[in-house]
Amino acid sequence: MRVVEPKGVTVRKAMREDGTALLKAFKGVEPDSNDLLAIHRAMLTTRLMDERMMKLQRQGRVGFVGSSMGQEGAIHASAQVFGASDWIFSALREGGVTLQRGMSMNDYVAHMFGNAEDTAKGRQMPNHFQCKEANFPSWSSVLGTQMPHAVGVAMAMQRRGEKNVVAAYTGDGATSTSGFHSAMNFAGVYKAPVVFLVIDNGWAISLPSAKQTASKSYADKAVAYGMPGFNVDGMDVFAVFDAVEEARQRALAGEGPSLLNLRCYRQGGHSSSDDPTRYRNEEEVEYWAKRDPLARFENYLFKHDLLKDAALEQMNHTLTEQIKDAVDHAETVGPPPLESLVEDVYDSPPHHLRRQVADALRIVAEKGDVDRLVGKFPL
Amino acid sequence: MKEDDSVLVMGEDVGPKGGVFLATEKLTAEFGEERCFDTPLSEDGIVGVGVGMAMNGMKPVCEIQFQDFIFPAFDQIVSEAAKIRYRSGGQYTVPMVIRTPYGGGIKGGLYHSQSGEAYFAHTPGLKVVIPSTPYDAKGLLIASINDPDPVLFMEPKALYRAFREDVPDGVYEVELSKTRNVTEGGDVAVFCYGAMVPVCADAAKRIKDSRNKDVRVVDLRTLMPLDEESVLQAARDCGRVVIVHEAPRFCGYGAELSALIAERAIESIEAPIKRVAGFDTPFPNTLENYYMPDARRVLDAIEEVLDF
Repeated sequence: MRVVEPKGVTVRKAMREDGTALLKAFKGVEPDSNDLLAIHRAMLTTRLMDERMMKLQRQGRVGFVGSSMGQEGAIHASAQVFGASDWIFSALREGGVTLQRGMSMNDYVAHMFGNAEDTAKGRQMPNHFQCKEANFPSWSSVLGTQMPHAVGVAMAMQRRGEKNVVAAYTGDGATSTSGFHSAMNFAGVYKAPVVFLVIDNGWAISLPSAKQTASKSYADKAVAYGMPGFNVDGMDVFAVFDAVEEARQRALAGEGPSLLNLRCYRQGGHSSSDDPTRYRNEEEVEYWAKRDPLARFENYLFKHDLLKDAALEQMNHTLTEQIKDAVDHAETVGPPPLESLVEDVYDSPPHHLRRQVADALRIVAEKGDVDRLVGKFPL
Repeated sequence: MKEDDSVLVMGEDVGPKGGVFLATEKLTAEFGEERCFDTPLSEDGIVGVGVGMAMNGMKPVCEIQFQDFIFPAFDQIVSEAAKIRYRSGGQYTVPMVIRTPYGGGIKGGLYHSQSGEAYFAHTPGLKVVIPSTPYDAKGLLIASINDPDPVLFMEPKALYRAFREDVPDGVYEVELSKTRNVTEGGDVAVFCYGAMVPVCADAAKRIKDSRNKDVRVVDLRTLMPLDEESVLQAARDCGRVVIVHEAPRFCGYGAELSALIAERAIESIEAPIKRVAGFDTPFPNTLENYYMPDARRVLDAIEEVLDF
């Protein structure tokens, strides 16, 4: 069974397990109260948004959802470290970081619906968020391929002498991809200012970490690329913030990349299309649910008078209303126009694409609007 | 590189050595290691890192040492470089060039000889450019670097040392997606690119000498997006068509040309559209000269469409 700290693996921690206080031994960097509250708001927003999206998926109103439940501490405490001019490369479950970095809920939900207001014009399936203003490109679904991009963005910063870094998120499964290997290797060779963040939730769809690698932990992989690597309790907001801050400072100082393995747990299935009871046991799920990062962090905030019951209740209410408003709005917006289908393949559509879309428009005019696809939706 | 600080060159052995074909000779000495640098032996790393640089304001010119070695980077080219503009709704773009020597003629066997253009021309979002003369090589490369989209720039390695031609000093562009008529003629249209261009010109000369027929040899220069109107015009003007490439015939680039002409110019076509291509086999070493189309085989096809 997966545990927080397996035998023979050192895991960086900062909080007591019940969240009531920091460990006496913890000597790292603590987020100030603004950061703490921003992290909490981001975690709660993601939790509520995921719950809402999953309901919409079950009702057939959005097609696909990959929930972040159980991983919010690792995701949002790490993301809080990065500045507005830093870049973030994400995988499936870091989309909430767009909201943390200032994207509107309308834009977020528009993407889930793939409607005309989606900044990506409905081109990708749900859960592939982007926000140009937040230096947050979308991932592609092809795992690990975003990691060399992160290194390239960082090497461009290096060449222009910019004092910024790039966060490269990946799941544990993608540590087996060639993209992970190439990115780590290049970043090590060129001392690129990158912080590699493995959101190690224990499961790559149905494959447990024990079958993903023979390394004791994903952090061990850093050794081969000449960079420091640490395991961090990803359910512990303080431990995550401290480790990421250290890695970011190292990158800023020109000392190169780091690899942080944030150990957390995917409380739900891989996605709305997955049934995890087929391959993992309830005991493990309960073990990790007891360490839920949001509940644990709220315990800390209550204990230290950074959050009150009434304020939390109010926040819950407000966020829920905002999400509802964004969903209500998204459902009034239609799909992108058919003409947009051939835009953005190139800078401007070549002749053959203009002809193809003109033909599609002609058929609509002559034969009526498109037939429904055969098959079940959602999957 | 003198004109634009954001242009940089990266790849295996492109630095002090100047590349295995010396295409990047002296660039590191002139522009420094920040602008022209050797990379680890990692094709998907070269292209993947290049994609990131291009997303963040640089114009990388990445070299893949032989096109035969490009397949580890196939994912980065096809899934990423070619799709980032589209999947981001135009918010992120990838203005990069991937240069790679391709094709046979150097006794390189299976893995130093292939012509994989069809894999890439099948990829929306990617441009595929192939020069056949020194003048075009420079002008098309500059146009590719200045292009806002990713370009796969395939260099026919058989032509690297084949002949000399004066090239203008300074910066000039040869427009992408424009064919070039190598010879003028109205009897047969021969479509080709890369190292097949001089082969086809030779065949055109032979049929002029033997039967006084005028062949229009059309160098496509850009395979994607194709200059369809010029192709169709040549097919309509001549009524007889031969398509020549080194790559295997099945689902090769010639299949697309043939289908295009059949769909849109069938009323002008007076003979079956003939393809002269590599065999549907891996690329052989010792029998290379039989595998590659030569003027003899092109001539044979021209005679066949004339005699139909």
